[in-house]
Amino acid sequence: MIDLSTFLKEMISLPGLSGYESPVREPIARTWQPLVDELSVSKLGSLHGLRRANVKGDHHSVLIATHMDAIGLMVAGLDDGLLRVMSIGGLDLRILVGQMVTVHGKRELPGILQMIPDRLQDKSKAGSPPGITDLFIDTGLPINEVSDLVKLGDLVSFATPPQEMSGGALAGHSLDNRASVAALTLCLEEIRKFNLAWDVWAVATTQEEETLVGARTSAYEIKPDIAVVVDVTFAKGPGVTDYHTFAAGKGPTIGVGSNMHPALGKYFKTLADEMDLPYAMEYMPKSSGTDAMAIQVSEEGIPCAVLGIPLRYMHTPLEMVVLKDIQRTGRLLARFITQLETDTMEKIFGERKA
Amino acid sequence: MNPKIKTNLELPTIDSSQISLLERLSNAVSVSGDEREVRQIVIDSVKPYSDDITVDAMGNVLVTCKSKSDHPIRVMLDAHMDEVGFMIVEDEGDGIYSFEMLGGVDQRQLPGKAVLVGKDHLAGIIGAKPIHLADTDELHAAIPQKSLRVDLGPGNAGKVNPGDMGTFATRFVQAGPSLMGKALDDRLGVATLIELIKRHPNQIELLASFSVQEELGLRGAKIAAVALHPDLAIAIDSTPAIDLPRPDQKENSVYNCKLDEGPAIYVADAGTISDPRLIRFLAQTAEKYAIPFQYRQPGGGGTNAGVIHKVLGGIPVVSVSIPGRYAHTPVLLARLADWENTLKLIYAALNDLTPAILAPDRN
Amino acid sequence: MKELIQKLCEISGPSGYENNIREAIKKEVTPYADSIEVDPLGNLMVRKGKKTEGGLRILISAHMDEIGVIVTHVEKTGFVRFGNLGAAFPWYLPASRVLFLNGTRGVINSEPREDNTKVSTIDQSYIDVGASSPEDCPVKIGDVGVFERPFMDMGTRVASKAMDNRSSCAVLIETLRQLKKSPHELVFLFSVQEEVGIRGAVTASYAIDPDLGIAVDVTSVGDTPSAKQMEVGLGKGAAIKIRDSGMLCDPRVVRWMRETAEKASIPHQMEILRQGSTDAYVIQTSRSGVPTGAISIPCRYVHSPSEVVDVKDLESSVQLLLKLIGGPVQLK
Repeated sequence: MIDLSTFLKEMISLPGLSGYESPVREPIARTWQPLVDELSVSKLGSLHGLRRANVKGDHHSVLIATHMDAIGLMVAGLDDGLLRVMSIGGLDLRILVGQMVTVHGKRELPGILQMIPDRLQDKSKAGSPPGITDLFIDTGLPINEVSDLVKLGDLVSFATPPQEMSGGALAGHSLDNRASVAALTLCLEEIRKFNLAWDVWAVATTQEEETLVGARTSAYEIKPDIAVVVDVTFAKGPGVTDYHTFAAGKGPTIGVGSNMHPALGKYFKTLADEMDLPYAMEYMPKSSGTDAMAIQVSEEGIPCAVLGIPLRYMHTPLEMVVLKDIQRTGRLLARFITQLETDTMEKIFGERKA
Repeated sequence: MNPKIKTNLELPTIDSSQISLLERLSNAVSVSGDEREVRQIVIDSVKPYSDDITVDAMGNVLVTCKSKSDHPIRVMLDAHMDEVGFMIVEDEGDGIYSFEMLGGVDQRQLPGKAVLVGKDHLAGIIGAKPIHLADTDELHAAIPQKSLRVDLGPGNAGKVNPGDMGTFATRFVQAGPSLMGKALDDRLGVATLIELIKRHPNQIELLASFSVQEELGLRGAKIAAVALHPDLAIAIDSTPAIDLPRPDQKENSVYNCKLDEGPAIYVADAGTISDPRLIRFLAQTAEKYAIPFQYRQPGGGGTNAGVIHKVLGGIPVVSVSIPGRYAHTPVLLARLADWENTLKLIYAALNDLTPAILAPDRN
Repeated sequence: MKELIQKLCEISGPSGYENNIREAIKKEVTPYADSIEVDPLGNLMVRKGKKTEGGLRILISAHMDEIGVIVTHVEKTGFVRFGNLGAAFPWYLPASRVLFLNGTRGVINSEPREDNTKVSTIDQSYIDVGASSPEDCPVKIGDVGVFERPFMDMGTRVASKAMDNRSSCAVLIETLRQLKKSPHELVFLFSVQEEVGIRGAVTASYAIDPDLGIAVDVTSVGDTPSAKQMEVGLGKGAAIKIRDSGMLCDPRVVRWMRETAEKASIPHQMEILRQGSTDAYVIQTSRSGVPTGAISIPCRYVHSPSEVVDVKDLESSVQLLLKLIGGPVQLK
């Protein structure tokens, strides 16, 4: 039995920034190992876990994609003992000031992320948020030690430790998207005792926060018939209450919009209704902002569904998720997989021929 | 042995027990107006070494260490116990609370921080809106404090009340020669003062004030000075080291003070012109014992000396600060060596101090 | 090397119109190639060697197109309005000279500005080709041209238009020329349409289906007065890219390049570029993914008519490439 909180806390205590996912791939691989028939790593570092169908002859396959990479920073220069930075993934620079970080140099160094004080800055910039070149990291070490321990390209991750919150919530960095990796893991555990009619590819993708290149290349390699992408979505919270946001603790969202195949969305909705599982429909007309953007247009096209786990304070060092939502997402995925039949493709999409 | 040292006075050093005391002090929550936690640590630490301990009307801890000589000089040493933080002002339901800052914190330091709230130190988050939902105009302006909330998690609805205080949840760490933690302004001063009480020289009467509400306008020290009525006073505080490279690469001439250059002796700040006799005495003491020191750049800012020197008939004052980067943010950075040298300087000064210092007129 | 750079830089080859530069490169590489192919978009693919035991198919790419201008309208007065092919920065435009592919020459200027401290936009600029009406104007809508500026020798440093990316083309040619033995199947790609959004390398990588990719392109530097924060400097060696704003190089490839350069004592520096990207971006995303890295030639004043590179950096890049592809590859 996988303990969700323990596994998730382990994952969000590790770096695994976009392009450099191996630190987090390791515990995921270890956890998936007994749950899949085959485990492999793609050319660009995505983790592929295959549960083979228990049927003979031709059968379909489904890819479940959850990205495992995290946002963070990279050392872009050394200036008088201080470190200059460049962001990895979409960071709001305004939330970086005053954060404790870990600099992954020759050894791990604690660092303080700060901005040039107004006093040293051009007067017109007083009170303004920092630009990326106004930010620096102070490791508190002497210049010669810093230049010995840290070099260009070294990674910087948030040092925020996981924090259990009241109401079954967990806060920390990188819950985007390790929360979804955890949901997929719970699903793998739940389907373990079932015979499957389809091949199931569980994929922890790389570089979603940068170029989606992990999902794109894994989809090309696996060539599934359909794909389900699980990513975090915006939870309602202070200052964010509009239609983009969903109550935390009230179940996953099912995406509707141009990246998703409408029939697949409807199918998930029916499943959730049958299960009496709380959920919300999430309308994303132009773009889902997820791996589905890359998978959808892979080769001849792959129908995608997108499930969202509501997350507060996305892309900050303290994101917050309600664990129950992760469990529900895992159950919904498991239900989806276990009821797949040889003819489900036709049931969902109808006859392809016009 | 440095040839400059003409005395066999043994100067104090900082060891692991003082560092672990500083760690406890830094991690304690004592926001201006509710300094209970630090007060308790102070009282427990100084009790065996003091002749009298009083907690006054505002919560200042006043400690007296008597002298063995007749008519000793009565020296007040002050360090403030309070730190910047916030007060919960409204329960918005669902574990979400609005808050108001206590003490000068730049609002740019707030988003995305872990905080501790109330006497039970409930874990909270000052969350930030996802970048995905922010429009371009928003990204070019600082996130206003008014729009931020403290989130204690959905299960903590109603668990704290308006009026409860909180501050950053940063945990103290040592990094090579440096110390990193919240509230090092002025827990470094508090730890120094505790150490000075433990080894107070006998020829002076030591009057220590661990004061409250410094961050709200030097309030506690004012009444402490009246109650203690000293002959002279030294404020021990932390002052910003802005010794960082300028973005335009020009020489930084407004650094205030620098790390690694020892205790910063104040000549003048926004509130005080230090007593020249005390400045000279401290500088001479530093030279005598070969303790590095620096003069803080005259300019804005201030310490409790600003109120102490104006009470009663007037009190000669000087301030000595431990340099620290990133004051009033979630994490400050100071050097162990600067702290140790500050302790050494004030300890040596107290040992050499006699009423004669105030014999000449102030000039 | 200098002569080769000059020869390549002086040829006109704006994005989408690379035929002249392609022919010139073809001529240079023919004596050393096993086979040469031109794909439907005009990419030039030069193959050398076969995969032996433990060998890989390695793609080494340098784009051969350059930034330029395209005529959008000829005014009644004969002045030519134009748009850009690739990022022709407006602040470099005034008083630049243009050479159209049909041989027409012209000078760029702009409408008078209210405020001379502001840069004119490309819409406010025009090309004077000496015409006084559309009838006597030697260019028409859709004609393309490049910036014209003679090659200048400043010692080890040289200046020209199109150093981006003919300097890298020279590096590839020189590498091919000096290459003795390799366990790999090498494909030298001179790609098209990089400046308009990295297009040529997309189809070429798909066709080549490499095991490993290396892009060679120019990068900006941080060593000029008041330059934006950047660690790369001219003359400090081949720049091994860690990342740019478009992609993250494969950390295994970065490590391999760095260690190879260190071991062979080849002058090198590490590069992080805050703005811009290269063919490496699309090579990496090809098919089921390609471990990809990049070697950059430090270049001052990128996308100006006078781009400056240091020949020593080009030589270091050649040496590094030779070491990288001359022996077995162990990514770790």
